[in-house]
Amino acid sequence: MNTTSAHPTARADTVAHQVMWNRLISVVEEQAQALVRTAFSTSVREAGDLSAGVYDTQCRMLAQAVTGTPGHVNAMADAVGHFVRRIGRENILEGDVYITNDPWEGTGHLHDITVVTPSFHHAKHVGFFACTAHIVDIGGRGFGADAASIYEEGLYIPIMKFADQGNVDQTLIKIVRGNVREPDQLVGDIYALATCNEIGHRRLIEMMHEFNLSDLDGIGSFILDNSRRATIECIAALPRTSATGSMTIDGYSKPIDLKVKLDIHNDRMVCDFAGTSGLDKKGINVPLVYTKAYACYALKCAIAPDIPNNAASLAPFEVIAPENSIVNAVHPAPVALRHVIGHMVPDTVYDALDKILPNLVPAEGAGTLCNFQVSVRPRTDEPAPQNAVRAEVLTFNSGGSGARPSSDGLNATAFPSGVMTMPIEATEHTGPVIIWRKELRPDSGGAGKYRGGLGQYMEVGVVEGHEFDFQAMFDRVDHPARGRQGGANGAPTTIAQDDQSPMNGKGKQFVPHGRRVMLAFPGGAGYGPVQERDPQLIKRDLARGYISAEAAKRDYGMSEADINTMMDAITHGDETP
Amino acid sequence: MTEDASIRMGVDIGGTFTDVVLEVGAEQFSIKVLTTYAAPEDAILDGLHQVCTKAGITPGQISQIIHGTTLATNALIERRGAKTALITTQGFRDVIEMRTESRFEQYDLNLNLPEPLLPRQHRFTVAERVDASGQVLIPLQRSDVEALAQRIKTAGFTSVAIGLIHSYLNDTHEKMIRDVLTSQLPDLMISLSSEVSPQMREYERFNTVVANAYIKPLMKSYLGRLKGRLNNEGVDCPIFLMHSGGGIISLENAADFPVRLVESGPAGGAVFAAHIAARYGLDKVLSFDMGGTTAKICLIKNQTPKTSRVFEVARTYRFKKGSGMPISIPVIDMVEIGAGGGSLAHVDAMHQIRVGPQSAGSEPGPACYARGGEIPAVTDADLVLGKLDPDNFAGGSIQLSTANSTSALENKLGKTLDMNATTAAFGLSEVVDENMANAARVHAVENGEDLAEYTMIAFGGAAPLHAGRLCEKLGVDRLLVPTGAGVGSAIGFLRAPFSFEANRSVYMRLSDFAPNVIATLLRELATEATGFVRNCDSQASINTQYKVYMRYIGQGWEIPIMLTEAQAMNPDAATFQRLFEQDYATLFGRVVDGMDIEITVWAVNATTPIEAVEPVELANQHTTASSDSTRMLFDAALGDSVAAKVVQRNTMRTGHTSQGPSIITEDETTIVVPSSRWAITQADGTIDVVRKG
Repeated sequence: MNTTSAHPTARADTVAHQVMWNRLISVVEEQAQALVRTAFSTSVREAGDLSAGVYDTQCRMLAQAVTGTPGHVNAMADAVGHFVRRIGRENILEGDVYITNDPWEGTGHLHDITVVTPSFHHAKHVGFFACTAHIVDIGGRGFGADAASIYEEGLYIPIMKFADQGNVDQTLIKIVRGNVREPDQLVGDIYALATCNEIGHRRLIEMMHEFNLSDLDGIGSFILDNSRRATIECIAALPRTSATGSMTIDGYSKPIDLKVKLDIHNDRMVCDFAGTSGLDKKGINVPLVYTKAYACYALKCAIAPDIPNNAASLAPFEVIAPENSIVNAVHPAPVALRHVIGHMVPDTVYDALDKILPNLVPAEGAGTLCNFQVSVRPRTDEPAPQNAVRAEVLTFNSGGSGARPSSDGLNATAFPSGVMTMPIEATEHTGPVIIWRKELRPDSGGAGKYRGGLGQYMEVGVVEGHEFDFQAMFDRVDHPARGRQGGANGAPTTIAQDDQSPMNGKGKQFVPHGRRVMLAFPGGAGYGPVQERDPQLIKRDLARGYISAEAAKRDYGMSEADINTMMDAITHGDETP
Repeated sequence: MTEDASIRMGVDIGGTFTDVVLEVGAEQFSIKVLTTYAAPEDAILDGLHQVCTKAGITPGQISQIIHGTTLATNALIERRGAKTALITTQGFRDVIEMRTESRFEQYDLNLNLPEPLLPRQHRFTVAERVDASGQVLIPLQRSDVEALAQRIKTAGFTSVAIGLIHSYLNDTHEKMIRDVLTSQLPDLMISLSSEVSPQMREYERFNTVVANAYIKPLMKSYLGRLKGRLNNEGVDCPIFLMHSGGGIISLENAADFPVRLVESGPAGGAVFAAHIAARYGLDKVLSFDMGGTTAKICLIKNQTPKTSRVFEVARTYRFKKGSGMPISIPVIDMVEIGAGGGSLAHVDAMHQIRVGPQSAGSEPGPACYARGGEIPAVTDADLVLGKLDPDNFAGGSIQLSTANSTSALENKLGKTLDMNATTAAFGLSEVVDENMANAARVHAVENGEDLAEYTMIAFGGAAPLHAGRLCEKLGVDRLLVPTGAGVGSAIGFLRAPFSFEANRSVYMRLSDFAPNVIATLLRELATEATGFVRNCDSQASINTQYKVYMRYIGQGWEIPIMLTEAQAMNPDAATFQRLFEQDYATLFGRVVDGMDIEITVWAVNATTPIEAVEPVELANQHTTASSDSTRMLFDAALGDSVAAKVVQRNTMRTGHTSQGPSIITEDETTIVVPSSRWAITQADGTIDVVRKG
């Protein structure tokens, strides 16, 4: 009851359905929480790179937890259908747990393990739970861009039974253990995924008892009908027109053009990526499921943010792309770092959407998460100390997000991805790596009426007696975020070793004993002309050191006298913070 | 509690009211006065005199005062702390600003993140580094700290937080910084992260120490003034403070660790509810505490409030998780939302009524207080809907103006939404009740609980007005409104034990299990925790509870495992493993085979015994309570006004019943019994509100 009607007129069953819908969302939130609590990989337990959802027997997703990973949004919605097709309905039995890391039938690369569990109530199959988590290692070349085909990217687990009526497939476990760098962690994560579905299942059965349900058909139809109607209403309110958007980004060895044509119809929106660059030779290609996920996420944020994710609320967003373009890679293209391109899809879509609905979407931001993986090992140039070890350490980090039509961009905050960074104290407990610096990068946000969010600096080394390979997964080295409506570009990514020896934005690179990697992650772009910026905000930015004195003068036209006054005030603690 | 503490006073400063409860032997006297923001001790003195007069004693006869306050929380929410600097490890200046680098609301393109407590120019770094095993990688140079001390002096900071990377493993650099600063700036207040919150995860730890430093000057000066003022009144008894974990610490300890006072009022409320739960032998209780500014909801299982190691204060975005700042201290786990009697309503762009979190507070208060408030608050809606009697609010001490409420509702809601005042009040009331019901549902879900099995215990000035409707929304069949409901937290203070939880992060694998190290560590923690309790009472018997947090190696989240004293003092790996696997299987269904297990956090809680409760025998003779009047009451479930009997609570004797719709009035609050419920008075004076049929 939010507003006006004095007399509740809603029928009792509608109210019950509303309650059940909310409950199902709570069930999947709890399912996701169980995964965070039991997972082993820092990517899941600290960063929240996971998703969880519940499905009806027709494989339609009814509810999905809001987690850090829009990339799983649509991808996981489609996954359960693939499982049923591969396993065969007649083989779906109580106590079963299914597994895959198929990039095309799961969520886009081998490093995402998807687990599906059928849910039985009074011996009757009533639905499915599915969850996905990003694991730190799956063997092969390690998490990075360097593979020339999927075969080099690690162990492939086709859709199969992990547990058959409660009995875990020990052969599978042995094969997994024998093929990955952190076997305990991975096996632990697979168990955590199974646990997470189990928790969801328990809560669902409790709900079915409480509401005396024998199946999910009624509540399923209610959810899907209402979501479809609400989503289509949002779309119908938009002008029926089309626009194109494009963005050029670094790619691996040569720049990549992302192109999209956005068509708004009565009841659906279509993103067509025709004209986008073809496949890259290295592992930054994107299966279409993942492109769909991010295009759809971008549109939902902009026009229908309040409608929960499910099969029907996602259906009106159609995404197509030519086969073997970089956003529709097919087997056996290498796809490990599909996120590098996938995270740039929203800014591309917004380039088009801004032409139709001005003053709605932000300027371009860092886009791609600034992730890297460190493979540490005992030094090989000289005898290593006894206690030197091997370890795989993955970290997630964010550049700045783009300025908005009426506010600054967010500093060091992910968009479109929503994963969290790992505490550096937790990271340093996972292996002999040392994060020497992780802090904001002044002057990296594009100037404008509203300033882009700041990127960040990081410095990475390892404990004495070790050397490492550094897997870089960065973009925006040569193509910084572009300003909107006269705002300036954000600062580009830079990467080098502490002795100035250059490094590449992507790929596995050796770092010898004693050296560190010096990173500067990109800032978001500005929005609107800098001349219109509120002088108080310029002063505030200078006081906080978001902008240097030089930038205040050069980019924002602040006078030398005003700058000196502010610097003096800070020294004496007289400034208004 | 000591035996001689025969006249005890509990004082709770809330956002709107200051509640004072005096317990003279078995008798209880209470008073509510408006909180005086500028000098909160004024209201305490005012209340003290009033309640002493009521009880017929002089202030000098009081033998013990237990105090809880929302001042610490409010200072954090309203950013009214001291001029504070953070000193941290070079390279990590922005930890408290960068937070988790994520957005707590995924689909809002215009989301803004809360500002850190300290702006960037108030955060300083020093060259130093400790690694993940506690070894020093870069030694701290004394001269660097001396130079920094000059900058701190020049800029005029009065309080400093020190938070260094991995200091929970090795605190020597933090201590060295303190020593240098103290020698150069003796008046500077200093807080160390290794003392305030020795826990892994830099964002939570730094934020906690910053919060402590930020409110320390304010709280220290307030507590000093309070003690002085009370002494002037001839009150020379010991004063203790309620802490967020549901126990009591000394005034001196509280002044050093004021962050431990955050949410102390609500913690007292949870203790109060736990005490009632024990009297009624209830194992599943939902405590619902609604005051002037916020509503607090807490799950109480087996008569023990649920506790946690981290919580979030000052949520900025519809109280959404992640929108506030994390504080890692031992705390009673509850959800708090901006829904109180003073919460203000407005109409948003989508023509929806929104309520809170802004509150009218005590100044100007809701429109009906006639102190200049023009925006309708929850209390205004309650008045217009007939839940409150304008002539009998707070025992008649504040005359309410129905005309003011009506015009505020019409002007701020009715005009935009084309509603009359009653419909606007209904809409406002339903929105705030639904907000609270949702918060309760989410909290229950996060804890894997089903509220249908729960009994609600309602207290706080505004709760009994809304609890009946909340029970309807949540499917809760039974509601208890104990006596003293209007001042529940303050009564809870008098039920709380002296207690303190000491904890430390030390990593140990079961495969490297070192019984001697463990026994020593737990003994040290027990000594530390016991020391805090001894500061309060040098004689009392003290119980120690041992708790370790365990997980499979590689997991990020631990589960708490309780140890007996014998298990703690003679630790062995097999027992630890068995206890862990039992609890893990209960929580998550199955254990993980062949994985090593580690212990990450060690905690010892020292506490004086909780006093035994007298069980309440349920009333079995039913007589209809007499009523001297009726008034029109809007029943939300029916969507219409109904004639409700008005019953004076002080006329209701054991076994007296009142069928809904009815209104049971008392000085400090009003119990609304909806048409769907009936009420019966139990032997201890509790009103037991039960679903009909």
